[in-house]
Amino acid sequence: MLQAIQLQFAYNAHTIFQYPDLACNRDTPLLITGRSGTGKTTLLHLLACLLKPAGGQLLIDGTDTGLLSNSKLDQFRGRHIGIVYQSSHFMSALSILDNILLPRFFSRYTPDTGKALQLAARLQIDHLLHKRPAELSKGEQQRVSIARALINNSQLLLADEPTSSLDDDNAYRVIQLLLEQAAMSHAMLIVVTHDARLKQHFSNLIYLER
Amino acid sequence: MTTKIIFRNLFQHPLSTLLSLLLLTCGTGIISMLLVTRHQLATKMDRELQDIDLVVGAKGSPLQLVLSAVYQLDAPTGNILLKDADRIAALPLVKEAIPLAYGDSYRSYRIVGTDSNYLGKYNCVFSGGRIFNTDMEAVIGSEVAAHTGLKIGDTFAGMHGLSDNGHAHTAFKYRVTGILMENNTVVDKLVLTNVASVWKIHDDGDEEKEITALLIKYRSPQAMISLPRMINETTPMQAAIPQLEIKRLFSLMGVGIKTLQAIAFAIVLLSGLSVFIALYTRLKERKYELALARAMGSSRMLISCLLLCEGLIMVISGFILGIMLSRVGLLYLSKYSRMSVFRISLLPEEWHLLLVTLLLGILAAALPAIQAFRLNISKTLAHE
Repeated sequence: MLQAIQLQFAYNAHTIFQYPDLACNRDTPLLITGRSGTGKTTLLHLLACLLKPAGGQLLIDGTDTGLLSNSKLDQFRGRHIGIVYQSSHFMSALSILDNILLPRFFSRYTPDTGKALQLAARLQIDHLLHKRPAELSKGEQQRVSIARALINNSQLLLADEPTSSLDDDNAYRVIQLLLEQAAMSHAMLIVVTHDARLKQHFSNLIYLER
Repeated sequence: MTTKIIFRNLFQHPLSTLLSLLLLTCGTGIISMLLVTRHQLATKMDRELQDIDLVVGAKGSPLQLVLSAVYQLDAPTGNILLKDADRIAALPLVKEAIPLAYGDSYRSYRIVGTDSNYLGKYNCVFSGGRIFNTDMEAVIGSEVAAHTGLKIGDTFAGMHGLSDNGHAHTAFKYRVTGILMENNTVVDKLVLTNVASVWKIHDDGDEEKEITALLIKYRSPQAMISLPRMINETTPMQAAIPQLEIKRLFSLMGVGIKTLQAIAFAIVLLSGLSVFIALYTRLKERKYELALARAMGSSRMLISCLLLCEGLIMVISGFILGIMLSRVGLLYLSKYSRMSVFRISLLPEEWHLLLVTLLLGILAAALPAIQAFRLNISKTLAHE
């Protein structure tokens, strides 16, 4: 269960964003939409604990993230939150398999190659594991990002504009993939997008307005 | 995984890594070679000086006299009359005076006419045979024995002069009576005989007897003040103080060594700069990767440490390669020169050099590491 209560973010002393309360659990994935400039990415970064809110409370499975110290927050983020970015980025010097395993290293878990192989098979990227990120297509890269986001058995899967540059068919496929993979990993899913096509797939919706 | 990330990143741009490494290797290699050569020369020269307080020989360059009589390196300044030399040797201030008479060589190894005290001075031990007792008997050093293949009982003729192209004194042949054990001094490269043998070969009949030089040890420190002055002012000979001349030689060499050292240090600094530039330019490309690492749970400390380690690994491997280069260089230098300067262990100065390069590595990686520490993850991830 994720709960965000009266989250605020201050760009500077004068511009303060006030976000609506939101909640999400494992059965009801959440879609956050809104036009550009409404602070969608900022909200995603707040939910991902990449930014600290100026006010309000963020509870993730009972943990009040505002009470964590900087280093504890780094660890919490690494262990419990997986993020799929708008465009996929990797450590270009490492192989796909090592990139999938990176979150385990950074959150000081033992590398679990078995789990990585299992995720890769589930996402149909198991034939790419020894390639370099630059050798993959955009679609393949996105699948690798999803595998990387789920490797630590994350409680929360966040996706930033996962379908923005895709045609209808592919957008449909990607959103189904996210819903399906989050369900299989028992992770809460929150998707942030301006893509109106995705609304039909979610019952839990938040529309950001200025 | 840590090492994998560091090394993969270093190999990500092999050319810039190679350039930095090459500069480091050359810089540290040259500095180390200079340090070791200087140190080895100084210790070797010091050891061979033994307790020779004064060298007396014909007038000329005092440095040349010391180099020729003590180190067997330069040509002698000329000869002195035996009676003049005997007068000095008989002075009460002189504890010991060893005569040296040059003139010939065998396969470019010098034949030195002297007495048993010379062997005693260098603590020579016989590996076989005995010392020369009568004229035309010779004791050869270990290197002479090894290179010429002479054995006890063999005879050989000296060549006139100190080079290989003089005429051979075939009328008078030396007989080897003893071979010395290697003791890493000049004696290894000498053929020793008595002074009378040298006279015998060069005897022109009515000439006065001459020797080349006299190695003197004082009886008391008092001699230090009066004896050199007395010899230089009242006799046709000159007295040279080896310690002084060697110091002068090293101060002359010092200018050259300092210049080379300055150049080498400039190379090391340049290499530090190139490590910095490599890390700094890569940081711009890698900002997103570092932000990604932070988003995946890495602490600030860890990614700063990764960058710091990259810099340190560069300078450490550069240093190790540099030392290897210097040792290979020294090995070749020893092979093709008259003095062995090789040593495998590190000098204290080389440990200082390691410290300097480590510091340089830390300095080069510091700014990128600090920037990584301060990285704004959200901003970096939002603006790709």
